[in-house]
Amino acid sequence: MDFELSEDEVALAEGMRRLVAGRFPLERIRAAEGEAVVIDRSGWSELADAGVFSLRLPEDRGGLGLPNAAAAVVFEELGRGLVPGPILATHLAAGVVDGAADGKVMVAALHRAADASGPVLIEHLVSLGALIVVRQDGLAVIDPATLDASRIERSLDPLTPLWRVEHLPAGEPVAGADEAARWRRDSAVLGGALLVGLASATVDLAVAYAKEREQFGKPIGSFQAVKHLCADMLVRSEVARAAVHAAAVTIDQPDVGDAVRAAAGAGLLAVESALANARTCIQVHGGMGFTWEVPAHLYLMRARVLAGALEGTGTMAELVADRY
Amino acid sequence: MDLRYSESEESFRAGLRAWLAEVVPTLPEKPSHLDWPGRRAYDTAWQRMLFDAGYAGIDWPVEGGGRGASPVEQLIYLEELERAHAPYVGVNFVGLLHAGPTVIVEGTPEQRARFLPPILRGDEVWCQGFSEPGAGSDLASLRTRAERDGDEYVVTGQKIWTSHAEVADFCELLVRTGPEGSRHRGITWLILPMDRPGIDFRPLRTIAGSTEFGELFLDGVRVPVANRIGDEDDGWRVTMTTLSFERGTAFVGEVLQSMELLRGLRALARSNGAWDEVEVRRRVGHLGAELDALWALARRNVSQAARTGVPGIGGSVYKLALSELRQRIAELGMDLAGPAGLVFGDFPLVGADGDGRGATGNLEIVHSWVHSFSRTIAAGTSQIQRNIIAERILGLPKS
Repeated sequence: MDFELSEDEVALAEGMRRLVAGRFPLERIRAAEGEAVVIDRSGWSELADAGVFSLRLPEDRGGLGLPNAAAAVVFEELGRGLVPGPILATHLAAGVVDGAADGKVMVAALHRAADASGPVLIEHLVSLGALIVVRQDGLAVIDPATLDASRIERSLDPLTPLWRVEHLPAGEPVAGADEAARWRRDSAVLGGALLVGLASATVDLAVAYAKEREQFGKPIGSFQAVKHLCADMLVRSEVARAAVHAAAVTIDQPDVGDAVRAAAGAGLLAVESALANARTCIQVHGGMGFTWEVPAHLYLMRARVLAGALEGTGTMAELVADRY
Repeated sequence: MDLRYSESEESFRAGLRAWLAEVVPTLPEKPSHLDWPGRRAYDTAWQRMLFDAGYAGIDWPVEGGGRGASPVEQLIYLEELERAHAPYVGVNFVGLLHAGPTVIVEGTPEQRARFLPPILRGDEVWCQGFSEPGAGSDLASLRTRAERDGDEYVVTGQKIWTSHAEVADFCELLVRTGPEGSRHRGITWLILPMDRPGIDFRPLRTIAGSTEFGELFLDGVRVPVANRIGDEDDGWRVTMTTLSFERGTAFVGEVLQSMELLRGLRALARSNGAWDEVEVRRRVGHLGAELDALWALARRNVSQAARTGVPGIGGSVYKLALSELRQRIAELGMDLAGPAGLVFGDFPLVGADGDGRGATGNLEIVHSWVHSFSRTIAAGTSQIQRNIIAERILGLPKS
């Protein structure tokens, strides 16, 4: 038993962190705020070339055949870097939608009850090659080009453009209930990894500000009221991180526990830690935290977007309770 | 990241599990928590059984007389003891987890030979004399004075929160040997024999009604210089060594114990109708998710210790999260217990199965709740843990 990151996992994380820092620095990402296209083809191709979408796909199907633990480590870095685009859905669609794995097709997903009606929001619509609808009884694919959609002028996350579609067609069924259940489980773990990346980035952001900002003649980070906010942020992100990593390993090594329970618990804590840490990050920044300039709000809004890729926190909690 | 145990780890587990299955059912009934001589006899008898079976001092190095188990084996040890409902370390806590490991690292060969074997065999019990009425979280401000007189120190002062002092043979004692105001530069670590004249102990009554600890009054107590661990005025460094052992696997068993309590509460909720409320199910699920996460974090900390050889600072994150979580689990217990939660004695829980099978008893709920308030205070308050995390992990400036 060795629950620390292996050398390979550390190398994978460092490689992804370098790619994000080099290709997706925050100022470059922010240049696309409010645009209809927030990540271009070449950026998406670089993520594909780095294996982001084909990581877990078996080698005989053109993937890297890496375990969930490796994917969790990579996704954490993508979350930390606030890299935009439907990364999770495209990754999960590799092997389901042709072209997703190699970055040729961008895929978004939508969770929807079979009997639901009314308008839906679809992210990154103009960039998409496919839209997956995740229902209790299975997965269906919709060709986004066939949708009658109108752009939402301002979305909560300026880096997640949204479109409104009045009537969502049923789509072409591509997988059954088992595959849909696996999609939800893996969304909790890898979406959880993205969220833990956000939660961790906001700790760094808040701590850096608390060290530098002075009031009453000293750094605000020397005051216990601020210190304790920061300490609680670290506790939340480290606890959620351990949960996400354990859930990923439990999928890879089914003998060590109940992967469904581990995934739901990890997803739940990841959502909460990303939201709570982003809120606290704004608070630690004081008035500056409420300005557009300081990026704290981007983590909060992205956390809200990503939370929608997982089941509701109440549902995940009940799932854990049922299996406890 | 690998959560599977190796063949040798599994074989260690199998051997321990078989031994526990054999001996735990033969243990006598646990004495009342107010019966201190009974508790000493019970806890030390268990320690002797561990010693005879080769499990005493599981985390102690072989040269100190311990088992020298790897951090992962220590985790398995705690897991299996919890699973088998084996006795807790009890009155042997200070000897096994504080004083012994400190003597191993800092003691002279004579001190090691004198003090270590009786701890491992359960022959001698230790208590702790660190905190004082004026020196709690600010331990370095302690004032209990030790004056050198030939081959002895003459010690005068007062200690507090001293556990098991009624039945202890020795006390790990921090004294001020440097001038007033010398803080961490003027502290010395002594071994105080508890049978010396001039020692008075007064138990304090806890909010649970028990006497877990008390005040130790020292009036001109003579302690041989030979009982000093480390150099004079170098006791703070020795103390940091002592406390680092506590950060290791000391709280690992608690997360497993809490999981069992939560399963018991879940069974109670299912039998008394509370499970129909979505709020209750979500609370159980949330607490369960947090416990699973802390169990993962415990394994991460152990893995880190296995790689680096020392317990990491991550122990503070774990201790803080677990102690606060335990309060919330206990709170759920009281919410589910109804009127039976108002009694410090057996009282039937509404709706619990006739034989109480699967569900937890009211007394366990009440005790876990009342005791939960000590978890965020003992071994460093939550506020001190947050300072440690902020300053030593996040690098924020000192207050």
